[in-house]
Amino acid sequence: MSQIALWGAVELGLVYAFVAIGVFLAFRVLDFPDLTVDGSFPLGAAVTAVLIIAGVNPWIAAGVAMVAGAAAGIVTAMLNVRFKILNLLASILTMIALFSVNLRVMGKPNVALINADTMLSPFFGLGLREFYVRPLFIGVLVLVAVIVVWRFLESDAGLAMRATGANARMARAQGVDTNKQIYLGMAISNALVAFGGALFAQTNGFADVTSGVGTIVVGLAAVIIGETLLGARGILIALIGCVLGSILYRIAIQLALSTDMLGLQASDLNFVTAVLVTFALILPRLRRGGAA
Amino acid sequence: MISVKNIQVVFGKGTPLQKQALNGVDLTIEQGSFVTVIGSNGAGKSTLLGVLAGDVLPSAGQVTIGKTDVTRKGTAARAGLVARVFQDPLTGSCGALSIEENLALAAKRGEKRGLMAALGPKRREHFRERIAELNLGLENRMGDRMDLLSGGQRQAVSLVMATLAGSEVLLLDEHTAALDPGMAEFVMNLTQKIVSERKLTTMMVTHSMRQALDYGHRTVMLHGGEIVLDVAGDSRKELQVEDLIAMFRRIRGQTLDDDALLIG
Repeated sequence: MSQIALWGAVELGLVYAFVAIGVFLAFRVLDFPDLTVDGSFPLGAAVTAVLIIAGVNPWIAAGVAMVAGAAAGIVTAMLNVRFKILNLLASILTMIALFSVNLRVMGKPNVALINADTMLSPFFGLGLREFYVRPLFIGVLVLVAVIVVWRFLESDAGLAMRATGANARMARAQGVDTNKQIYLGMAISNALVAFGGALFAQTNGFADVTSGVGTIVVGLAAVIIGETLLGARGILIALIGCVLGSILYRIAIQLALSTDMLGLQASDLNFVTAVLVTFALILPRLRRGGAA
Repeated sequence: MISVKNIQVVFGKGTPLQKQALNGVDLTIEQGSFVTVIGSNGAGKSTLLGVLAGDVLPSAGQVTIGKTDVTRKGTAARAGLVARVFQDPLTGSCGALSIEENLALAAKRGEKRGLMAALGPKRREHFRERIAELNLGLENRMGDRMDLLSGGQRQAVSLVMATLAGSEVLLLDEHTAALDPGMAEFVMNLTQKIVSERKLTTMMVTHSMRQALDYGHRTVMLHGGEIVLDVAGDSRKELQVEDLIAMFRRIRGQTLDDDALLIG
């Protein structure tokens, strides 16, 4: 694997770290199996691309993308909390609806961002080579996200959210409005995922309506790989695990696809993903079995 | 103070399984009083506790806790007035959170929760002191996950949690039923200590007639969703477990299959 390919994998891993953190919030903290992300990721990309082309500042565009993502999360939460639709089904409904929404936002299936100013533009031409600048810049954003989410989950408000997912009955007895927590958690989760989509559009130079397919699997893969490697040792370690898992996942995929010996091609991506996630799920069991 | 007036609770209304769980229950518990509630299965004990906690909203009647009418308030909305220990140790605390995180959660019961760190040095020290009072050695395990604790340890921590934030009333829902006899006694002694030190208005639902007579100031027996016995003071002191069983027999019009279960 060439250096450029390696740093490319790291960069993509960092972009999807936002997805992983969002998925961690929904699946692990709130215990809400949320597939909305398959729609909110391309939503973030679409909103950002359209706004940047319209001349809006890319930071503001990414901010609007987050608001759009949060709105998608709130819709899923409302279907579940207010209308009592099963959480998984509620998220699937939002997800398929978002496919049409994303097409409407872009007006076509694909929007290119060639030569447009992005969040990264000011950092190019500072002497560092481009394939270093990109992962470095996104890495700093990921660091900020990890710290903010970590501090939140260890605050009084964050404890209320964690209790909602872990033991809703206890949470209510402690005065936590669990419904409100689901709204809030789903909004934050999907805002992070949409921000990942916004970065994806800006680093790859396009937004595509199909780019959301399988986002949830990638996010879950990152969460599970992180848990397998670092174990359950508190919130900060779990969040670092999400980031690490996301990067390692991309490197593993890159390795698998670029090793000629295996004879794999790009279209084998989903199969490789499935094998990787399966392996990450089985590994802790194998370890325990070995020790016993 | 707790006051319930003419409470009606019907489960499964309009279905073949319709059940009148509470039928016109009136009960007033004065400030600082400790009331024990007994009754056979299906008598309405848990429903009455649920009505006070907010889990069950009555179809008629009025519930007042302190000076607040809470009849239509849900569990979370009235949590500032109600501290509670559940029967199942797994329900009352969060297994996935650490001991001190559980305490931090309980310390803010019924209050607004902000973005300040839940475990500052001052709070940590305060929690440590409160847990050290239990003499279970848990003060050295404050960062351990709650699900590493035994059922008895969890109930003991739950009792501490119930007293971290102020409340008008303490509800105990057969909170020793799932424990072994030794641990049950420990938790009951702890309960007694906490209730008398803090002069808490307390309602304890129990299956054990022994407990019902040994603890508290007043005993209420429920049957078929109605209060059939309400004793306090000297007449309660003279009451024996055998008397209660005899009363049970008379009410049910049949002999009990298993006295041992009730004496427990």
